[in-house]
Amino acid sequence: MMTSDEDLATAAAAGDGAAFASLLDRHYDRLFAFCFRITGSRSEAEDLTQDICAALPAKLASYQRRAKVTTWLYRVAVNAAHDRRRKRATYAKATAGWGDWEVNRTAAHADTSQKLDWLTAAMRQLSTDLRNTLALVLDDMTHAQAAEVMGVSEGTISWRISEAKKALRALKEQEDMV
Amino acid sequence: MTDDLNDLKAMMDKATPQPDAARRAENIALAQKSFADLQGSRDAARPTAVTGPKGLWTGVKTMLNTITTKGGLTTTTALVACGFLFLTPQGQDILRPPSAPQITMTEFDNAIPQPQIETGPLTDDFSEDAIIQDAPADAGAELILGPMEAPEQELSFADRSRPAVPKELPQVTNEALMPQMEDADIDEAMRQQQTRAVQGRQSLNAAPAAPSEITAAPRIVVPAPSVDDVTIMPAPNTETFANDDPNPLKITAEEPVSTFSIDVDTPAYAVVRSSLSRGQLPPAQAVRIEELVNYFPYDYPTPDAGEAPFRPTVTTFQTPWNADTQLVHIALQGQMPEVAARPPLNLVFLIDTSGSMDDPTKLPLLKQSFRLMLDQLRPEDQVAIVEYAGSAGQVLVPTSASERTTILQAIQSLGAGGSTNGQGGLEQAYSVAEAMREDGEVNRVILATDGDFNVGLSNPDALKDFIADKRETGTYLSVLGFGRGNLDDATMQALAQNGNGTAAYIDTLSEAQKVLVDQLSGALFPIAGDVKVQVEFNPAQVAEYRLIGYETRALNREDFNNDTVDAGELGAGHAVTAIYEVTPVGSPAQLSDPLRYGANTVAETSDELGFLKLRYKEPGEAVSQLIETPITGSSVPGTEANFAAAIAGFGQLLRDDRFLGNWGYDDAIALANANRGEDSFGYRTEAVQLMRLAQSLSR
Repeated sequence: MMTSDEDLATAAAAGDGAAFASLLDRHYDRLFAFCFRITGSRSEAEDLTQDICAALPAKLASYQRRAKVTTWLYRVAVNAAHDRRRKRATYAKATAGWGDWEVNRTAAHADTSQKLDWLTAAMRQLSTDLRNTLALVLDDMTHAQAAEVMGVSEGTISWRISEAKKALRALKEQEDMV
Repeated sequence: MTDDLNDLKAMMDKATPQPDAARRAENIALAQKSFADLQGSRDAARPTAVTGPKGLWTGVKTMLNTITTKGGLTTTTALVACGFLFLTPQGQDILRPPSAPQITMTEFDNAIPQPQIETGPLTDDFSEDAIIQDAPADAGAELILGPMEAPEQELSFADRSRPAVPKELPQVTNEALMPQMEDADIDEAMRQQQTRAVQGRQSLNAAPAAPSEITAAPRIVVPAPSVDDVTIMPAPNTETFANDDPNPLKITAEEPVSTFSIDVDTPAYAVVRSSLSRGQLPPAQAVRIEELVNYFPYDYPTPDAGEAPFRPTVTTFQTPWNADTQLVHIALQGQMPEVAARPPLNLVFLIDTSGSMDDPTKLPLLKQSFRLMLDQLRPEDQVAIVEYAGSAGQVLVPTSASERTTILQAIQSLGAGGSTNGQGGLEQAYSVAEAMREDGEVNRVILATDGDFNVGLSNPDALKDFIADKRETGTYLSVLGFGRGNLDDATMQALAQNGNGTAAYIDTLSEAQKVLVDQLSGALFPIAGDVKVQVEFNPAQVAEYRLIGYETRALNREDFNNDTVDAGELGAGHAVTAIYEVTPVGSPAQLSDPLRYGANTVAETSDELGFLKLRYKEPGEAVSQLIETPITGSSVPGTEANFAAAIAGFGQLLRDDRFLGNWGYDDAIALANANRGEDSFGYRTEAVQLMRLAQSLSR
């Protein structure tokens, strides 16, 4: 039946191209879904997945068999998302002085995001850490696994989840009042 | 997860879009390219102007540039001057104590082979000579055993300082395949090493009384489990075989009718052969006796022209393994139509190129097999190739078989990689076959796989339905299995039986020759469809009966006359054999007692043992035709029937020898050997060899 992910990853780290292809094929959809959840936009998720795909072979060298492949992959994704945000911030700073064209474009962009459904908007209001944590837990990971991915303690995850819930509830109440 | 999170999760799942297929393929291709680029380039960083190689002069210059104090300069200059002084011959005498022995270079050279033994402070009270003379002689040979073994000279010094950590260790952990060894592992390795060192030393301590044993001491060193053993586990065997429990004994008075479909598949025999050749008895579930029996070509009487497409022959003779029972041997011989008159073929090869096919016995064998088969095709035949691995793709558009080079190139271009999506490929192969369809031509999809249907419809039942639907449209399916360890025999069977095709397992090129060259026309041209067999036994003559094999082919009694129920196909020139073991009334071999209250007085109306009925459809017809013939008393078995009986016995020995009594491999071998017949292809000789192998393995 199926070779385990861990076997595939170890083989891929040793240079087995077939194993790598098979591994990526197996996890691409899940990876994409996760990217969507932490970025909240389809195009952004596609780009982020592309970043991850491009960098994944080099990252494989750091894969240690102790970790589950999914856990490791999520960690790579969280880090890649972080890098991407940092790059964006720099870019935004650099382009802050652009003229009306950029202002208009940003406005149009803001307009589109308003049309996004409540969920995405709500997710966007959360801080990055809260959003990443929530995305992991919504992807059927236990708090312990999420903690391993994020590199924090399990207690922190549980706290973040309750914070996220609180924030979402507040948002909902606010909207109900309007 | 709490309830409000569940709501959120549901929303989230709904909102999450599917990845864009094109983008997905693009990204995966990008990753693979970057993966390929990375291979072989993991060298050290290239030296640049900034990080250029640090030579001696660069270092000295840097030093001189940085040390600016006068004191520093004086000190270093003084050090260099002293150094030069010591290099002169007189300077070297300065440090040498006058009493120290003069060591010349020649002496030193001699000392190299056992440096530690000559210079080390030996704390153990054994003779140095013993070691110097005896140990190295055997040591050389022993050392080759394991990479982690410390040279045995080090063993005697293990107590002196740190335990001997062999130099090989860091290299082993650097191997990319191995997981990084943690400190704990190294500690563990060191501890083992130390223990072994101590053991070695103890044995040396014990040795002085008998110096000759010292040479044996290194042998006590148990090779540490090599890293390969620990980390590379053998791939789990994930084979599944389709089989039911062996047919039970039936009591004629209670259930006089036995119905089954014919089966011309042969994978079970090839699986048995491949297991036996690897030195293992095959799993009992893998042995389907009817496939063993039907593997061999038989010289049964052929039908006359103008008759039914096949001719049944029934013989009854004494059971080889039980003198008190009879075997009813039913043979169907299909006619061999003129090869020249065969209709053109449209073949779609559906080839599994998933990563698991990357094995000498899989994809490369498949390529060779198809080359063999290509020679059997005619210019008017058409060939298309579809591969499936992750995403299905057409490798070769329908091409006339005369364009050999194009087809061969397409076959050669196949490479293994990716996971398997059996159904996506199947759908595409069928649509290609649809496009090739023309009146009067034979359409067939030939699926070649190691039996893995990883993604998509992995449930045999769902696949069955899909194939059965397609069968109605006139496109048949044959399945060729390759490789062991992952063989999903259940799915293969389900596909072939529902696709009106044959399943064959190809383990060697000679099997490919048999299936794809010698018997190709039988595999590709059905002469009779939905062939069903029904036997009604006469309770006045037969007390008990048992069908040998055909467990997966059993039909209900009412299915026999129901033309919508699918059954096996008979290919051109195929022979099918079915064997019943029957116990005559009054025989001492009867296993069941007659009922006390039942009506067990059966009027003796006929001396027939039973009545054989066969139903079949002409190719393309929807209504079946009937052949009937009575089964009469005992006769003398011919060579063919005897050989079939020997194989049936062999199959039961491998699977379940409950009914065989004391009859064993010796008897099976003798019977098969005596009835090898002409055997122009050597299959029967091979069978006898396999029996002998099984006999040795089963002891």
